[in-house]
Amino acid sequence: MLNIIGYKNWFFAFSGIIIILAIAAIVVFGFRQGVDFSGGTLWKFSIAENRPQAAELQKLLEDDLKLSDVRVNYDPANQNFLVRLPSEAQTSHEQWLTMLTDKYPSIKEQSFQTIGPSVGRELRTKAILAVVLVLVGISLYIAFAFRKVYRPVSSWKYGWITLFTLFHDVIIPAGLLAVLGYFRGVEIDGNFIVALLVIMGFSVHDTIVVFDRIRENLFLDRGKMEFGTVINQSINQTLARSINTSLTLILVLVALYFAGPITLRYFILTLLVGTVVGIYSSIFIASPLLLVWQRFSARKE
Amino acid sequence: MRRYSGFLLTLIILAAIVAGFFVYPQSPIGKWRPWRLGLDLVGGAHLVYQVDLSQVASDDQASVLEGLRDVIERRVNLFGVAEPQVYLAKTGDRSELIVELAGIKSVDEAVKQIGETPFLDFREVKEAIQNGTSTIAFIPTALNGRYITGAKLDFDQTTQKPQVALSFTSEGSKIFEELTGRNIGKPIAIFLDNELISWPTVQQKISGGNAVITGVTLEDARELIKRFNAGALPAPITLIDQLTISPSLGADSLNKGIVAGLVGTALVMLFMIFYYRLLGVFASLALIIYIAFILGIFKIVPITLTLAGLAGFILTIGMAVDANILIFERVKEELKKGLSRTSAIAEGFRRAWPSIRDSNTSTIITALVLYFFTSSFVQGFALTLLIGVLISMFSAITTTRLFLMMFLKDKPQRPTTHN
Repeated sequence: MLNIIGYKNWFFAFSGIIIILAIAAIVVFGFRQGVDFSGGTLWKFSIAENRPQAAELQKLLEDDLKLSDVRVNYDPANQNFLVRLPSEAQTSHEQWLTMLTDKYPSIKEQSFQTIGPSVGRELRTKAILAVVLVLVGISLYIAFAFRKVYRPVSSWKYGWITLFTLFHDVIIPAGLLAVLGYFRGVEIDGNFIVALLVIMGFSVHDTIVVFDRIRENLFLDRGKMEFGTVINQSINQTLARSINTSLTLILVLVALYFAGPITLRYFILTLLVGTVVGIYSSIFIASPLLLVWQRFSARKE
Repeated sequence: MRRYSGFLLTLIILAAIVAGFFVYPQSPIGKWRPWRLGLDLVGGAHLVYQVDLSQVASDDQASVLEGLRDVIERRVNLFGVAEPQVYLAKTGDRSELIVELAGIKSVDEAVKQIGETPFLDFREVKEAIQNGTSTIAFIPTALNGRYITGAKLDFDQTTQKPQVALSFTSEGSKIFEELTGRNIGKPIAIFLDNELISWPTVQQKISGGNAVITGVTLEDARELIKRFNAGALPAPITLIDQLTISPSLGADSLNKGIVAGLVGTALVMLFMIFYYRLLGVFASLALIIYIAFILGIFKIVPITLTLAGLAGFILTIGMAVDANILIFERVKEELKKGLSRTSAIAEGFRRAWPSIRDSNTSTIITALVLYFFTSSFVQGFALTLLIGVLISMFSAITTTRLFLMMFLKDKPQRPTTHN
């Protein structure tokens, strides 16, 4: 049997450091917002032969097409150019494409997207609202589902710990995206928010499985064993299923990452990191926290 | 349940086989209904227009929006795109009109054509004298392009100048009759896209539902007529959002999505069979049935499958066996306690249920929030996730259970060994 409770402070410290790093990355680097959120135009195309440098292309667009406020990036992962423009420029992009085709015959347009600034703002507000609602909704549900739990820990504490675990599982991939945004120019878009919400929905599965077993063992044991022992036993009994349920998801995500559509790559990466962090937190963080809280309130009484 | 388990299982398997044939586009029943794929999988344009309803009375807004959709639909149908979608949406206080043109070649041209649908309205002219200078004010009236049924070219009988003859709907003619009756001897201004194009003086009350626009060149008149006959807009619109995806990128996404789905399914099945042996075989069969059912539902409803939706569906493949894992682990435990196979299985299902219920509820909460608080692209993902969770609960619990009931019987002579 693994002594997880015994080493709990090590796990807390490890998570604490990563959380601090993730928050620091978000505060220091910030997110690079995609057109979904900031508004504007995003034009994607690839050039197979005689590929110019991004700066070269930018100069060409500014000089020959008289476009102002252009930003050209090259994304080596997807092998395409990302051209950012202000949102007004909407209708003449086919002319630009014709001009670029004259110069680079191997050009292939992939997508062209324009989003008004008000739409972007609205989406951002909605995204934040959705994240908060899912956090609160799931936590309240857990508090409700565990309402008949046998003492020593009341059900709303399960809810609070779920809330903290969800935050833990979301902040780490978010920090990663901030780092990727700073060093690799990866932008966050609507899909990123979806990924965070899905991580919350899935990562709580494993936490529930362990909590459920703690609930059952507490009921069977009727307070004979020490709470910490009950928790440690419950984690060990459910270890295989916690890992296996997430493993099937990871298998699918790995397939999507390597064989799936390139446009979803960062979405899948966010989910992958979130799922792995989710396994870790449900085994090493959520249940040990129950014990810490119980001891803390016992000491106060 | 046990008595009928063979019958039920046969029924489920037959239904899954029918669903499988229906899902496959090349099969005889598959051709009966085509897959509906999103723009990001076939390529095309997604245009979002904001509708300005500030001049429309709140009672009329619904009918104006309906009229607007019909006009744009008629116009869009001229582009020769297969199944263009024109629909209305409400985002906060804003009314939006969304046009989806799958597989369109020239998006700029389409945008231009839609944008050029004229907005025509009639306004009363009020002259006010303030501090000695006269200012003219144009007062909007209820009469506008939505009441126009047609336009044709006409020439003034005396001057031979070109003019546009408009005919109104019966409702429109009533308004026009009343409007002209009120303004005899005074001008009525005709605005096109907020620009004054003419303000003829009303000679008499006009009934019968016809009006003419004078003071236009022959060329302008022809252009106007063409546009009016395609339909004039009942309310002005502006393009606020645009997304164009090339058909090759769409096809590439679709192919890669399907490959990833197949690989993912194969990996999950291999894992289940490797780890849970015979139980895993049943879970894999249930997974195949799940996939046939869910794709059948997507196709028959029909739910437009977008890239995000496809990703959501593939994720549910990884989740669909979760319930099986929880049940099987529990069954193993119960077997270790010395229970017989059938009672261990019964206990496994019973004991695993609370955690299956709680974890699926949390996914349902997520899917509902996603569906109600996000835009159309994400909604596809949320919907597939929601349907996936519901169907997977059925497949992982009911179907697997039926399989186990049919094929795993107690062997009283030998001690039960498992795995």
